[in-house]
Amino acid sequence: MSVQEAQQNSQALVIARDLAKTFDVSAPWLSRVVEGKPRQLLKAVDGVSFEIERGKTLALVGESGCGKSTVARLLVGLYEPTCGGLTFDGQDAHAAFKSSDAKTMRKRIQMIFQDPYASLNPRWTVGAIVGEPLHEHGLIKDEQELKNRVAELLKSVGLSALDMNKYPHQFSGGQRQRISIARALATAPEFLVCDEPTSALDVSVQAQVLNIMKDLQRERGLTYLFISHNLAVVRHVSDKVGVMYLGQLVELADKHVVFDNPQHPYTRMLLDAIPKMKDTGRARTPVQGEVPNPLNPPPGCSFNPRCPLANARCKTERPVLKDLNGIKIACHAVEEGRH
Amino acid sequence: MSLLQVKNLVVEFPSRHGTLRAIDEISFDIAPGEILGVVGESGAGKSLTAAAIIGLLEPPGRIASGQILLEGQRIDNLNNDQMRSIRGRKIGAIFQDPLTSLNPLYSVGKQLTETIQAHLPVSDQEARQRAISLLQDTGIAAAAERIHHYPHQFSGGMRQRVVIALALAAEPQLIVADEPTTALDVSIQAQIISLLKNVCKKRGAAVMLITHDMGVIAETCDRVAVMYAGRIAEIGPVHQVINHPEHPYTAGLMACIPDMDSDRERLNQIDGAMPRLNAIPKGCAFNPRCPQVFDRCQLERPDLVAVSRGFQNSPAQVACWLHQVNTLEGVA
Repeated sequence: MSVQEAQQNSQALVIARDLAKTFDVSAPWLSRVVEGKPRQLLKAVDGVSFEIERGKTLALVGESGCGKSTVARLLVGLYEPTCGGLTFDGQDAHAAFKSSDAKTMRKRIQMIFQDPYASLNPRWTVGAIVGEPLHEHGLIKDEQELKNRVAELLKSVGLSALDMNKYPHQFSGGQRQRISIARALATAPEFLVCDEPTSALDVSVQAQVLNIMKDLQRERGLTYLFISHNLAVVRHVSDKVGVMYLGQLVELADKHVVFDNPQHPYTRMLLDAIPKMKDTGRARTPVQGEVPNPLNPPPGCSFNPRCPLANARCKTERPVLKDLNGIKIACHAVEEGRH
Repeated sequence: MSLLQVKNLVVEFPSRHGTLRAIDEISFDIAPGEILGVVGESGAGKSLTAAAIIGLLEPPGRIASGQILLEGQRIDNLNNDQMRSIRGRKIGAIFQDPLTSLNPLYSVGKQLTETIQAHLPVSDQEARQRAISLLQDTGIAAAAERIHHYPHQFSGGMRQRVVIALALAAEPQLIVADEPTTALDVSIQAQIISLLKNVCKKRGAAVMLITHDMGVIAETCDRVAVMYAGRIAEIGPVHQVINHPEHPYTAGLMACIPDMDSDRERLNQIDGAMPRLNAIPKGCAFNPRCPQVFDRCQLERPDLVAVSRGFQNSPAQVACWLHQVNTLEGVA
């Protein structure tokens, strides 16, 4: 038993292998027949692999449309992957989501959404919102016990037990996001997927929410997947960082490596694009170009039209994520030492 | 002389439960060619200040008292027609979402030439030429062809470039930019900010840049005003306000921004939230959240006073009793 336990502890809690999700965005059948248009497939996530250890935070960063949120939805089972798979604590998560025992798996994986105005039902009291997962999973049957548990959850995110009878509109954005966190924590999950949890919030409120999330991780040993486009926030919360571009991971490494010694030209570009408070009036070399249309990605490395290091190979051959000196990177230039 | 002067501006919203004061006696000015940043949390009154200046306050909101002067002329009491001739010609505006500021039914060329001809006496041919050169200046490749395209054919960053071109079309001396990069990705944000800065410098236009991103302010602005609950808490040269914030709110705001260069386990946080308009506390509006609050803060509202701490030529102004006590002691 103890050997098995040790094995389980050494193994990552979440293992994504070659996750891919393709959306069919073709025109309706009739238009396709009349106008002779082909089917159109959008590869939102295209072969993403990573591991998250228990109690750690992996952050995914990237520009809009790079597939961050699709990865989040794949991890909680809101989407089914087109190919690839997800292993959660040694179990195939997507098989579990489909089995009769789906609730056990769902209980262990919860999600916090970006917009706290859209993710809370305006007609329900906060007590009903936070208590719903407890009801749904049949964790607590007794009314009084349920109330006590909800009060406890609200207190753990810095709200008061008296807030239970209020409605979401009576709270500010930051408080609502805390209600979402309390709801996500209700089933005592091990893994929380947080999709841009603070990007709708002001900085002072963002600091409150980030502090609560870190405190909860320390107290309960939570594992996070944290999605954000704000690199300063990512640097603050994460242990490992994955950089995504057009549905693929281009760099995956320890946060100190990514921030202090970024390798991939895209990562460097992103880091260079952040305005810094320290040097006032500094002139930056602005980034060139924009993200290409994902329906028609460029051949070879999808970053090649914006990349200062691109050569003929980059335009024809797609780089794969490889282990180079302890970091995972998908770039011909770095691999060949051209940077 | 200042290009724009705002004197004791008050913006109110009459409601069933009494009048709400959204902007409470704010004063500042912008010199020709200067970039003034305005920061603050949502609801601090940043956008309302901008709306009051460009004469686009949504009723029932109204300017209850105070003055707005452009080149020494009052513009707060003009009627709609008079204001329309100033908007675009003297004050250009850039808003957050480029898609809603462009008309989807007209090509960008049509929108540009229309704006140019509405304000300047030029022929169709000249207007077209100007439109093309404006698009080139804002970094749009193949401008002569792109001019025939419609807004939906441009990407988000490109649309914001078109909006900047539109704002500059009639060569205004002041550009009011309300969160121009908030809807854009970081990599595009950097392009747009440097574009805005360079184009305005080239044309000598002053900018009032509203944002909640301190990084953008640090990089772009000459001076910055920090707003809280409809009042200015601190205003001064950007390096001074960022590196030596005097107001406890500014200091707290700076400390809660995650830093790219340091590893802190916890971020500093300002507890509580900005008060609602119907419950702004007596005295200093920040007093319930202020770590250094004392009796006087809860009774009297502090005015903006200059604090010079080694920056004699351009002191920052702070509305905080802590500093007024200091200055008084300094005098005595």
